[in-house]
Amino acid sequence: MKVLVPVKRVVDYNVKVRVKSDQSGVDIANVKMSMNPFDEIAVEEATRLKEAGTATEVIAVSCGVAQCQETLRTAMAIGADRAALVQTDVELQPLAVAKLLKAVAEKEQVNLVILGKQAIDDDANQTGQMLAALLGWPQATFASKVVIEGEHAKVTREVDGGLETISVKLPAIITTDLRLNEPRYVTLPNIMKAKKKQLDTLTPEELGVDVTPRIKTLKVSEPPSRKAGIKVADVAGLVDKLKNEAKVI
Amino acid sequence: MTTLVIAEHDNQQLKPATLNAVAAAQKIGGDIHILVVGGGAQDVAAQAAKVAGVASVLLADAEHLKDFLAENVAEQVLAVAGDYSHIVFPATASGKNVAPRVAAKLDVAQISDITAVDSPDTFERPIYAGNAVAIVQSSDEKKVITVRVTAFDGVAAEGGTAEVKTLQAVADSGLSSFVGREVAKNDRPELTAATVVVSGGRGMGSAENFKLLEPLADKLGAALGASRAAVDAGFAPNDWQVGQTGKIVAPQLYVAIGISGAIQHLAGMKDSKVIVAINKDPEAPIFGVADYGLVADLFTAVPELEKAI
Repeated sequence: MKVLVPVKRVVDYNVKVRVKSDQSGVDIANVKMSMNPFDEIAVEEATRLKEAGTATEVIAVSCGVAQCQETLRTAMAIGADRAALVQTDVELQPLAVAKLLKAVAEKEQVNLVILGKQAIDDDANQTGQMLAALLGWPQATFASKVVIEGEHAKVTREVDGGLETISVKLPAIITTDLRLNEPRYVTLPNIMKAKKKQLDTLTPEELGVDVTPRIKTLKVSEPPSRKAGIKVADVAGLVDKLKNEAKVI
Repeated sequence: MTTLVIAEHDNQQLKPATLNAVAAAQKIGGDIHILVVGGGAQDVAAQAAKVAGVASVLLADAEHLKDFLAENVAEQVLAVAGDYSHIVFPATASGKNVAPRVAAKLDVAQISDITAVDSPDTFERPIYAGNAVAIVQSSDEKKVITVRVTAFDGVAAEGGTAEVKTLQAVADSGLSSFVGREVAKNDRPELTAATVVVSGGRGMGSAENFKLLEPLADKLGAALGASRAAVDAGFAPNDWQVGQTGKIVAPQLYVAIGISGAIQHLAGMKDSKVIVAINKDPEAPIFGVADYGLVADLFTAVPELEKAI
């Protein structure tokens, strides 16, 4: 079974982003970029499937600017066998990415695609579901446990109020939640090995996909800031404030 | 211009998230219809018909729709999508699961988690874990939207007199099947709907210690929440997690106990009306957003607070 793992290069989750002064977007020049944390979990899961003998090959794919190659090298250092970059400088939105991934999934004849449930920059939580729709495959989103059983994948999902387990027919799409696994640290020898692995570059034109954005960002602003609070000296002071000033209890 | 709101329910009760989604639909303008997709969900349709401001309720009821599998629900929405300019889902686990599938089949971009409606094609939504707010405009003919439920006050559940129209259910896709469900036991108010939330973090130290929060939550009639660190450490169940990757809450009062206040956590609670933080580290970032901060050891402060209320 071939597994495709899409990965996204995003602003590192520890960075507190700033809005540009012209309100055209968020300033991401000169900030640390990393692999989207949910995608790391996806690469780890695919690698574990390979180690268990379930997957034969793991292909990492990323869409975006040339620097996404670094993200793909990281995926290969975790365990992906090879990688592909769909290179473009156009701003990519989830629908366009889903179309690109559909083309790659068909070209590579994969049976399973594992994606992160959302990217921590646009917080959209759409791409996996959209890809499933475009391919006409079933989807198992927000996965916290995956068991491949022959022609089906049994997936436990994190839903409001608890967990649910569904069975999806392969080929299928899985999106990862935080609890699915703990991604391994990449080691120096594996980083060196990853440099020798194959990385192909494609373009949206080659794949025949129109990536023109459908949603226009008119303005990006800082969220309203909360007015500075106060520190109270003790529990009695806190209760007094809650009762008499905030009137919430 | 007519908006279709997809109901959130459990086949018995219409969930409050639906009322918030209807509120967002009202801001868009035009008629509002509610679609109930489920199995044995006639009561839900009857409840939906009473929701204020709703012109019509559509019910698609079949055994294979009972467990809300994305493939089937999306097909059911698509079966009627042609009649609507806007298709609105609450941004719950189930709305987030289905909406993009519908959008992709319609070949439109979806707008996730809107917090405000500026015009029928322009919406506000948080990005980067709520560290920025984007105003976005859709150029698609149909808009598929998910609504952040805490950002809109729900419409009244009573007062409407819509008619319920039964739809023919779509065929079972056969692509997926339901296996089982593990519902976390909880007698407390639902986390996303609670007016008071008491949350614990890594500072609680253990699952055992997390029980310390229960008497306080009982007294306040509060829902219990947790930070990602507390959930990852196994102190609290997954569905208690408040944050960018968990639930988004905006109660009247949010009490953060032993929570440092990482960006990912703040994204889930910083729209609360009043935030209280109890933490022994005076430098913890949570004090930057707290209206009232108490620098103290939680193991003494929490029981004391419980007694004092």
